[in-house]
Amino acid sequence: MPTPRYTREIPQRYRLEANKCKNCGRISFPPRQICPHCGGRNFERTRLSDQGKIVTFTTIRVAPTQYSSQVPYSIAIVELNEGVRITTQVVDCKPEDLGVGKPVKIVFRKMYPEGKTGIICYGYKAVLV
Amino acid sequence: MRDVYIIGVGMTKFGELWGKSLRQIFVEAALSAIDDAGVDHIESMYVGAMTTGLFVGQEHIGALMADYLGSAPVPAVRVESACCSGGMALRMGFFEVASGNSNIVLVGGVEKMTDGADVTAALATAADQEYEVYQGVTFPGLYALIARAHIARFGTTRKQLAAVSVKNHHNGSLNPNAQFQNEVTLDQVINATLVADPLTILDSSPVSDGAACAILVSEEVMKKAKRPAVKIIGSGAATDYLALHQRDDITVLNAVKRSAERAYKMAGIGPEKIDFAEVHDCFSIAELCIVEELGFVEKGKGGPFIEAGNTALDGKIPVNSSGGLKAKGHPVGATGIAQVFEVVEQLRGNADKRQLKDVHIGLTQNMGGSGASSVVHIFKLAE
Ligand SMILES: [Zn+2]
Repeated sequence: MPTPRYTREIPQRYRLEANKCKNCGRISFPPRQICPHCGGRNFERTRLSDQGKIVTFTTIRVAPTQYSSQVPYSIAIVELNEGVRITTQVVDCKPEDLGVGKPVKIVFRKMYPEGKTGIICYGYKAVLV
Repeated sequence: MRDVYIIGVGMTKFGELWGKSLRQIFVEAALSAIDDAGVDHIESMYVGAMTTGLFVGQEHIGALMADYLGSAPVPAVRVESACCSGGMALRMGFFEVASGNSNIVLVGGVEKMTDGADVTAALATAADQEYEVYQGVTFPGLYALIARAHIARFGTTRKQLAAVSVKNHHNGSLNPNAQFQNEVTLDQVINATLVADPLTILDSSPVSDGAACAILVSEEVMKKAKRPAVKIIGSGAATDYLALHQRDDITVLNAVKRSAERAYKMAGIGPEKIDFAEVHDCFSIAELCIVEELGFVEKGKGGPFIEAGNTALDGKIPVNSSGGLKAKGHPVGATGIAQVFEVVEQLRGNADKRQLKDVHIGLTQNMGGSGASSVVHIFKLAE
């Protein structure tokens, strides 16, 4: 991934920074320029909680190249305490440990190394609590 | 708006067409549609394709295809909306004829997926690169997330999902253009290699090459053509959040629902008037959700509805008589037009072994990504 593209997403990926709409109070993650709920254009920065629960999940058996050495790995849509949902890997557990409604905590992890000479990419993943 | 008719359709066989190039398969389908229509020229063309740049390193395919079809200098443009690029190309051609700008328009779709590209990565470009794909999710993965949510919420069973593939493989076995013309059993589907739990390889549409085209004309041209014509009586399209996780209800394909509502409204009919449908079964769970969103059955009841045979060739509302994406194949950009090919052939009574009885109104539903775009068309045999 070209470095500018990676760098731009760091606030979201490293710190779960989001936008809270000053009009309706709904949170957008990642931040947007216009609130999809009310059309508001004024936001304040907020950080999402690192606590949430699994909405739905799967185990990926066939992955794109950058993740192919990691299969099988589990992916879930997690709803964080603020009601915001994210797609994330669930790690440090077996696929059969996952379940709808199970509580998770968001952690900072390595995602993948970019080829043989590129940067190491980081981001968020979830662990069961 | 003027009335718009289809007077010719053509498609290649779908499959791993290693001996043929992107441009060859498109021109093959286009010539077949042109010959079927009996027209001596076209005035404009729209080519649906998802990502020829990633699959074969070729963009600018509107011009390329017009060139190789010997139709330059007609206006030609490529239309992209991920896996519903073909259906959207049809919609563009429909409006061009309806507007009065052209009288004979070729709409087509094409994809060449077996030339060695990283297909999983190429298809994943239809999802949110930064917030879905970066996390390691794949297309089968996204539909698996929908499947698990549908199972948890409505009690849909593994067997009900498998019933979609069993039906579509049966239909494909009767379609000479299908990539897979073999039957499969419930046990085979359920016990096949897992791709993304709970979905197996037999819940998934294959990687395919193929092209399909249709000739859209005005009423005046249709009357002169003196051959069976199909009228497009409804067209609707819609979008949704690109990322699956942002949708309020993971089990609802809202773009499908909204695109269908718009097409029904234009046609002035409801789902009860539809005799048969070709829908976007990229994965078994997709067809199950789509029959719900199209209004063929109440939300959440898709599983039992399909399991009871309602969508079989002899059912209440046959779905994917062609074999669907699952068995016919899914060259992504071509799929939306191949659906039209099936509906036109069924309405004209040319569907041979899989011919449906007493059908007058057919529907196509074509979808992009995990459902962030959808397009629905409704067709009726012209009097
Ligand atoms: Zn708002």
